[in-house]
Amino acid sequence: MFDFLESGQYDVLGAFWVNVQLTFYSAIGSLVWGTVLAGMRVSPVPLMRAFGTAYVNVVRNTPLTLLIIGCSAGLYQTLGISLGGDNFKDIGFRLAVLGLIAYTGTFVCEALRSGINTVPVGQAEAARALGLSFFQVLTLIVLPQAFRTVIAPLTNVLIALTKNTTVAATIGVAEAALLMKEMIENEAQALFAVFAVFALGFVVLTLPTGLVLGWVAKRVAVKR
Amino acid sequence: MSGDSVTKGTEDAAAAADSLVVLSNVNKHFGALHVLQDIDLSIARGEVVVVIGPSGSGKSTLCRTINRLETIDSGTITIDGSELPSEGKELARLRADVGMVFQSFNLFAHKTVLENVVLGQVKVRKTDKAAAEKKARTLLDRVGVGTQADKYPAQLSGGQQQRVAIARALAMDPKVMLFDEPTSALDPEMINEVLEVMQQLAGEGMTMVVVTHEMGFARSAANRVVFMADGKIVEEATPEQFFSNPRSDRAKDFLSKILHH
Ligand SMILES: Nc1ncnc2c1ncn2[C@@H]1O[C@H](COP(=O)(O)OP(=O)(O)OP(=O)(O)O)[C@@H](O)[C@H]1O
Ligand SMILES: [Mg+2]
Repeated sequence: MFDFLESGQYDVLGAFWVNVQLTFYSAIGSLVWGTVLAGMRVSPVPLMRAFGTAYVNVVRNTPLTLLIIGCSAGLYQTLGISLGGDNFKDIGFRLAVLGLIAYTGTFVCEALRSGINTVPVGQAEAARALGLSFFQVLTLIVLPQAFRTVIAPLTNVLIALTKNTTVAATIGVAEAALLMKEMIENEAQALFAVFAVFALGFVVLTLPTGLVLGWVAKRVAVKR
Repeated sequence: MSGDSVTKGTEDAAAAADSLVVLSNVNKHFGALHVLQDIDLSIARGEVVVVIGPSGSGKSTLCRTINRLETIDSGTITIDGSELPSEGKELARLRADVGMVFQSFNLFAHKTVLENVVLGQVKVRKTDKAAAEKKARTLLDRVGVGTQADKYPAQLSGGQQQRVAIARALAMDPKVMLFDEPTSALDPEMINEVLEVMQQLAGEGMTMVVVTHEMGFARSAANRVVFMADGKIVEEATPEQFFSNPRSDRAKDFLSKILHH
């Protein structure tokens, strides 16, 4: 039943490796972008707050498929922005990462913002009273404490991101979902086996993430 | 100014000579609530002023406007001759000169005691790390918590935390220290260890504004008691005068409630 794995015709591991890479770069990017967005949303500058709020509400409510197709059709095919990639494979990969960051950043931002709300106001007041600037208060006092309280929700965001990398298939990135589609077409007799392999693949990718981060969350919790 | 203040003459002379903090005609509202009403107050260099009054009278708000944790609607506040700027770098610089100690300590929960005292020196005063740590340890020793330097705030008793908070504020070499009910959140047996540190500071000539109901501290350390009620300064006097012979009915009423023993 699982002979298709031995035929050597399909590079299942290679395809999953692409998902791992998509997840890795997008996770780092959306952590950074989400933190910047959260900073904007709590900033004293009205223009920044307005931008942060508008961006999050628009992008979070746009289907990811649309964003990724937008990156591909809009940025690359129309505007010729290739993000420094020189072949179709690289360009598609980078555009997919960009779309994933734009999208996932909004969820990171909202998770962080709820974390910021759990940090007692006295922490920021004491920091301001010492003469720290808004940026210093945010980066030295508030965000480090906020991050520790939102590891669990961020884990959910990361797991969702891992699975969302399959959307990159829509613009032809050769990751697991694209390979699965191809295999279903070729190996129709083993439909359920193909499903099982890919479902298991994603569990293998996401389960350790949850376990490791759950342990980290316990380790770094701030005692009050 | 309260025209009937007995000490007014000497106060004004001191104010003209060497006022460190001057509030003039300060007003503030919280929505419809007029929480600070035409506040005039000047605090001389080295003076210790105790602010006292019923709950909700605006004592904390007064304290917090002095380093602009609360904005004011009108009037001016100057510190060592310069008016408080409204925002930005200038404000941050001025705040560094005003130490603040909170009722709830507000030590940075994710940093050790030592890091709490080092942070402001390094990030605001740009002191190098080694010098900042040395100074932090000296200050921690001075307030009696030197052995706790590597613990986290949550591992300390309330009294210890408040003494660390005082050390953290002192590390900035502030010109004036504000204390907002520094002992109100403490168990009775820890109140004295904090008051002793404050007493010592007062003795060393630190300019202090202290919101407190600790009569013992007010009597022994304060140069002046400011009594607030309903957003106004109702009475100003020396501690002896105020506690033994309050003039306003509000103050008499208030004292009869807290001096029941
Ligand atoms: N951020 C705020 N928003 C609205 N109202 C406030 C705010 N802070 C304080 N107040 C109100 O302003 C008044 C004065 O408050 P403040 O905290 O200055 O009083 P206080 O004299 O320090 O009282 P206490 O002895 O209880 O600490 C109170 O009626 C309080 O409810
Ligand atoms: Mg108060």
